[in-house]
Amino acid sequence: MDQFFNISVITDNFTYFMIGRFPHGPLGGVGLTLYLAVVSCILSFFGGMFLGLLSISRFAIVRYPTLGFINLVRGMPLLMVIFWMYFLMPALFGKIAENNTVIMALTLFTSAYMSRIVVAGIEGIPKGQTEAAISTGLTSWQLMLYIVLPQGLRNMIPSFVNQFVSLIKDTSLAFIVGVSELTHVATQINNRTMAFPTEIFIFIAVIYFILCYAFTSLSRWLEQRLTWVKAI
Amino acid sequence: MIVFKGVHKWFKTLHVLNDINLHVTPGEVLVVCGPSGSGKSTLIRTINQLEPINEGSLIVDGYDLSDKKTDINKLRAEVGFVFQQFNLYPHLSVISNITLAPTKIRNISKKEAEEQAMVLLTRVGLSEKRDAYPSQLSGGQQQRVAIARALAMKPRIMLFDEPTSALDPEMIGEVLAVMKDLALSGMTMVVVTHEMGFAREVAHRVAFMADGIVLEEAHPEDFFMRPQHERAKQFLRQLLTPMQAECP
Ligand SMILES: Nc1ncnc2c1ncn2[C@@H]1O[C@H](COP(=O)(O)OP(=O)(O)OP(=O)(O)O)[C@@H](O)[C@H]1O
Ligand SMILES: [Mg+2]
Repeated sequence: MDQFFNISVITDNFTYFMIGRFPHGPLGGVGLTLYLAVVSCILSFFGGMFLGLLSISRFAIVRYPTLGFINLVRGMPLLMVIFWMYFLMPALFGKIAENNTVIMALTLFTSAYMSRIVVAGIEGIPKGQTEAAISTGLTSWQLMLYIVLPQGLRNMIPSFVNQFVSLIKDTSLAFIVGVSELTHVATQINNRTMAFPTEIFIFIAVIYFILCYAFTSLSRWLEQRLTWVKAI
Repeated sequence: MIVFKGVHKWFKTLHVLNDINLHVTPGEVLVVCGPSGSGKSTLIRTINQLEPINEGSLIVDGYDLSDKKTDINKLRAEVGFVFQQFNLYPHLSVISNITLAPTKIRNISKKEAEEQAMVLLTRVGLSEKRDAYPSQLSGGQQQRVAIARALAMKPRIMLFDEPTSALDPEMIGEVLAVMKDLALSGMTMVVVTHEMGFAREVAHRVAFMADGIVLEEAHPEDFFMRPQHERAKQFLRQLLTPMQAECP
């Protein structure tokens, strides 16, 4: 076939693009991409929160090592973190599925960035809020839990979304360790058919775009639901 | 109830509180006034340790603030603070603003806390605003909610730092009325304010500050009619001039 844009390479392999060999084999394609992104996203939300809070601890012995760790991770290419987890984790803890080493790498990497967003969100809350809360006798944990985080989280949403959109795109690096997410599936099909790289890679570009766009829209909806009318 | 003895405080090299000696007895209303930058806010904020002191001794309701071992959260629960900028929590409704601390710190049930909050809201004239958000209220209403929030902890002392300075003139009266009512109920109060009408009517004593020093401490009548210090006379002249122009 010598058409300008051969759609059949897409339609013939559509299920494979979407879910890999599932349900007869492991999940792959878009399904796995989403799985990696969503799981890493949820984990790095908590990871980012955790690292962020530790990095502003009033105890220097907690704060400095955390900051050191965050800067170390942020100073490394993601691909290297993925290799690290891929080779290091099984060496340390025995057999771990490739998917999970990738989730660990994405979580670690994204958490480090998210922690900075968390800190910025917390520091953006006016000092008067803190003073009002502690002057009624709330402890610093209660202050964080009931006053600072609920307000801060809302301010963090746009930055979180940026981070998660990057995360979706970053899952494509998992292809390097043989995890059959969308990009990996695309290269497989491309290698098998040989003739339609343009079609295949335009198609997955569109898929990535749709995923990221859907996520952005979802978050905009979330943001509106969380809106309270700003005071003063 | 509040005893300052030789209290000093510095911001780096700036000597903001210089040898403060003050004594506030239970049920007393002390008004603090003085020119801008004289250290009034810093002074009142030391009372619940929003600003720690550097030297001297400060005892509030039996808690020694110069002692590191004092449980400061416990003290703060006993002392209400009302800010110039209200500082209501924008993400919580009026009723939740008020019930947050009582339910979290006093461990009373939500239902009981809401009942008590409604009593307070009625007292400040805002019972119909229980489900409103702070941004839906006028400045005067926000400040009255802030007072109710502070009162919800059943404090033994109430501190006010220029509670009417951020308000439009027509809203000052409603806030002062609430404060006056509180004073008449026997609350121990320290109020930083330039509302001389309030000071005259309600205060038992006026402290005049300048450059971190309490220059004068007197009964309001004496302070207004017979100020001793040149700085105080000058301050009162500046304060009264626009008022006299308004009401000849
Ligand atoms: N956190 C701070 N760090 C450094 N300097 C400060 C700080 N807070 C206040 N100051 C300075 O301390 C002095 C006293 O401030 P304070 O706020 O107590 O004055 P004030 O009498 O309340 O004035 P105003 O009437 O304007 O509210 C001022 O010169 C102020 O600039
Ligand atoms: Mg002030």
